[in-house]
Amino acid sequence: MPDLLIELFSEEIPARMQGAAREALKKLVTDGLVEAGLTYEGAGAFSTPRRLALTVHGLTTESKPVREERKGPRTDAPAAALEGFLRSTGLTLDQLEKRADKKAEVYFAVVEKPGRKAADVVAEVLERTIRNFPWPKSMRWGNGSLRWVRPLHSILCILGDEGGTEVVPLTVEGITAGNTTGGHRFMSPGRFAVSSFDDYAAKLRRAHVMLDSAEREAHIWNDAQNQAFARGFEVVPDAGLLTEVAGLVEWPVVLMGAIGEEFLHLPPEVLQTSMREHQKFFSVKNPKTGRIEGFVTVANRETADHGATILKGNQKVLSARLSDARFFWENDLRVAKSGMTEWAEGLKAVTFHNKLGSQADRIGRMDSLINDLAPFMPSLNVEAAKEAARIAKLDLRSAMVGEFPELQGLMGMYYATSAGQPDDVANAAKEHYQPLGPSDAVPNAPVSVAVALADKLDVLTGFWVIGEKPTGSKDPFALRRAALGVTRLATENALRLPMLKLFAAAAQLHVNQGSTSNSEDVPTDLLAFFHDRLKVFLRDQGIRHDVIDACLAMPGNDDLTLLVKRAEALQAFLSTEDGTNLLQGFKRANNILTQAEQKDGVEYSFGADPKFAETDEERALFAALDAGEAAIKPAMAAEDFAAAMAAMARLRAPIDAFFTAVQINTENQILRRNRLNLLHRIRALVAQVADLTKVEG
Amino acid sequence: MTVAAVTTPRSFQEIILRLMTYWGNKGCAVLQPYDMEVGAGTFHPATTLRSLGNKPWAAAYVQPSRRPTDGRYGENPNRLQHYYQYQVLIKPSPPDLQDLYLGSLNAIGIDTALHDIRFVEDDWESPTLGAWGLGWEVWCDGMEVSQFTYFQQVGGHDCRPVSGELTYGLERLAMYVLGIDHVMDMPFNDPDSPIPLKYGDIFRQTEEEYSRHNFDGADTEKLFRNFAEAEAECERLLAFDPLDPNSGKRIIMAHPAYDQCIKASHLFNLLDARGVISVTERQAYIGRVRALAKKCADAFVQTEAGASLGVQTEAGTSAESAA
Repeated sequence: MPDLLIELFSEEIPARMQGAAREALKKLVTDGLVEAGLTYEGAGAFSTPRRLALTVHGLTTESKPVREERKGPRTDAPAAALEGFLRSTGLTLDQLEKRADKKAEVYFAVVEKPGRKAADVVAEVLERTIRNFPWPKSMRWGNGSLRWVRPLHSILCILGDEGGTEVVPLTVEGITAGNTTGGHRFMSPGRFAVSSFDDYAAKLRRAHVMLDSAEREAHIWNDAQNQAFARGFEVVPDAGLLTEVAGLVEWPVVLMGAIGEEFLHLPPEVLQTSMREHQKFFSVKNPKTGRIEGFVTVANRETADHGATILKGNQKVLSARLSDARFFWENDLRVAKSGMTEWAEGLKAVTFHNKLGSQADRIGRMDSLINDLAPFMPSLNVEAAKEAARIAKLDLRSAMVGEFPELQGLMGMYYATSAGQPDDVANAAKEHYQPLGPSDAVPNAPVSVAVALADKLDVLTGFWVIGEKPTGSKDPFALRRAALGVTRLATENALRLPMLKLFAAAAQLHVNQGSTSNSEDVPTDLLAFFHDRLKVFLRDQGIRHDVIDACLAMPGNDDLTLLVKRAEALQAFLSTEDGTNLLQGFKRANNILTQAEQKDGVEYSFGADPKFAETDEERALFAALDAGEAAIKPAMAAEDFAAAMAAMARLRAPIDAFFTAVQINTENQILRRNRLNLLHRIRALVAQVADLTKVEG
Repeated sequence: MTVAAVTTPRSFQEIILRLMTYWGNKGCAVLQPYDMEVGAGTFHPATTLRSLGNKPWAAAYVQPSRRPTDGRYGENPNRLQHYYQYQVLIKPSPPDLQDLYLGSLNAIGIDTALHDIRFVEDDWESPTLGAWGLGWEVWCDGMEVSQFTYFQQVGGHDCRPVSGELTYGLERLAMYVLGIDHVMDMPFNDPDSPIPLKYGDIFRQTEEEYSRHNFDGADTEKLFRNFAEAEAECERLLAFDPLDPNSGKRIIMAHPAYDQCIKASHLFNLLDARGVISVTERQAYIGRVRALAKKCADAFVQTEAGASLGVQTEAGTSAESAA
């Protein structure tokens, strides 16, 4: 059973592409081998900045011969049928066999494929893999027309077992496969031959290449933590950065340095962002001060001076970067302390969207929306919320956010604080962007909630008014996220917001500013969009889509908090035995009633009379419905869905008994009408809670 | 790769001279700067136009470059509205281009045994030139010292063969090599010269003057007009009948037209610095410059220098080069 080793050696592969490339190499090659009739025991793929490698062990030496028989047309069939058969088999007439088949003579094609040697299959599969590799971006180089992520320099492809190793004969665009590879670009230049995967990995290590990215990651992380720990510091974890950095080095050497004293007063997020984005440094925290005071950089080589020159260079670059950051911070603070008026003025010139005016226009609309939200947020300090709406976007004009857009909001909070704003106003600058996704935290401070709602309502209604709704996979303005944000802000803070009214108010503000509405009914259309998003969101929370439909069909469905509360209660109810049985009872009652109403052309809603009840079961149902109505009405008025559904559950036994004992469609028309009217009471009662006709099962 | 003994240069000009010598020894034609205002070394026709067609090419040159918005009145330690780029273009890109590049770092005093050199993904795109390529920014101890690009398309034309382009930001690189923190403090000539000159002695005043000019002084009305004129002139030159009645030769005025494209590009940069181009208009202006660049490229590939001679098929190209 031979083992296969492949290495594709190139110029530096972008770090972000290496993970997917490893998997693609493994899949394309092993799938190709299996398709060609080979089997293998196991495979592993590896990557460094300069190579993709694949080991496949326990490969069969050759594929089994295949004999395939295909029945063709009768020998007296029209010529066209025969031609088609020849075409599809790739044979000529004299290669076909004639055989007797029941009544007639029939052509048979017998195709024998001999077994193929593993090396031939590997050569074919690897060439195909190289030529069709799914790089996200690829290029040509020199005079060639082959595409690879960066110039491909060599191919190593060997098959080996106890008996020895053979190079798989293969040439792709002038590159002939061999059994050699190269070591570390600087520490071990030069090429060497390898005979197996173990030999390859061991020789690479001697040539200063750590083949396995997981090992490089572990090495970097352990070494970084050890160095930090030795000084009483801790490294701030950053898994994405760790993977990226491990994809930039073949021989990781961890170096730790200190951030200059003059930069330590900068906000920790500024230090972290600047170091991560520009330098790919990890941040190192001093637990005693709680500040970011150091950094970890990962070099790709050892040096005679133990990295002193490299560290000094990195420190210098960092100082230049942080000098910029400090310059931005100090200038911004000056503007902030003078009340941020310069930024407020500047936002007038910043276009939000060419049909929706400037950022300053947006702030004006948000301010107005606070008034519309206020009646529904009793604990809101309206003046504070209006102030927060006014300042929440000002940091967009700050130099720091200009340099690091991902710090928007956070810088707003710092600057608002230094402008003397109270905490609830300053925090709103940061929190009004939240939630940024389904798992991001939802703010609960009323001022932040109000500004967050105003912000998102303005965006949503604005794009609805100008007809820029999301379509298919296109949602350039992240409106789905905004709608989910509004929903979560309302439901998780138990706010009772009449969304249709708020949508109308927000849309009107856009129309007042000169936007012409492309949609006749923005509020209704937008509510339908919200309901779609809500379905997706609740389904992820485990709530059935038909349960959501049953609740959406109820009046007041623009109150998202009520809607969610109802859906949760109904889902809980339907997962009990009483719930499923009541659903059956309700459906039975509803079906009989609906059929009768269609047949008779009347609505049976005149009120059933207990004096026509003939059986105990009938009388019991009257009593149960009386009790149910008495319980459900106040429960619904108090929006206590659990109590309402518990009351519904108590109807289950009487309804079941009623259907067992009583025949609805009797000869006696008075009794029949009375019983249909009784069924109507069941329907009407249940309909107060949810539209169970929408529920499946 | 044999590593020559590394000695540290003493001045900005010594670094430039060493790069000239190095790339000259590697077979590049050492050209002089293009005599027009450009935003980057790539605009030099020795790069833009010569990366088209299949005639082999190897050139290296310094290109003074202007980015009006980067003016800081000579105060910022790293930012200048006028700076120098060192540019190398080799077509087809040789297989050892990375090693050649690393040799050039060695030549200017960067000892790769002591420093950490890294090739970090950076794809290059010039929307004004209709050009893109893949490559890296090269880091030395965490600092970007060069751009390394394999051109894939220029002026809307596929590059066949592919050119390898190297761009060194000379001031930043030199400051690192010489250990200088503020660009104006950098020795321009040898500090032991009878008249030692620092970068600031030569450029501080011009940075002030041009910063004022770029941000406040330039007459925007005139700039708008000049832009339109350059655009029209570029198109007019390209509309000529290729047959020149005076010489009787086929002469396409690709280079004179491209000069107008360069002009339009610089005028746009000035207007941008003056803050008179809105975000939406910006895209439209870039598109207009790109349209000119494409037309110039279309014209250049019709000329002798830009032709793809002997090319029948893609397979034919690679067969020829392999031989």
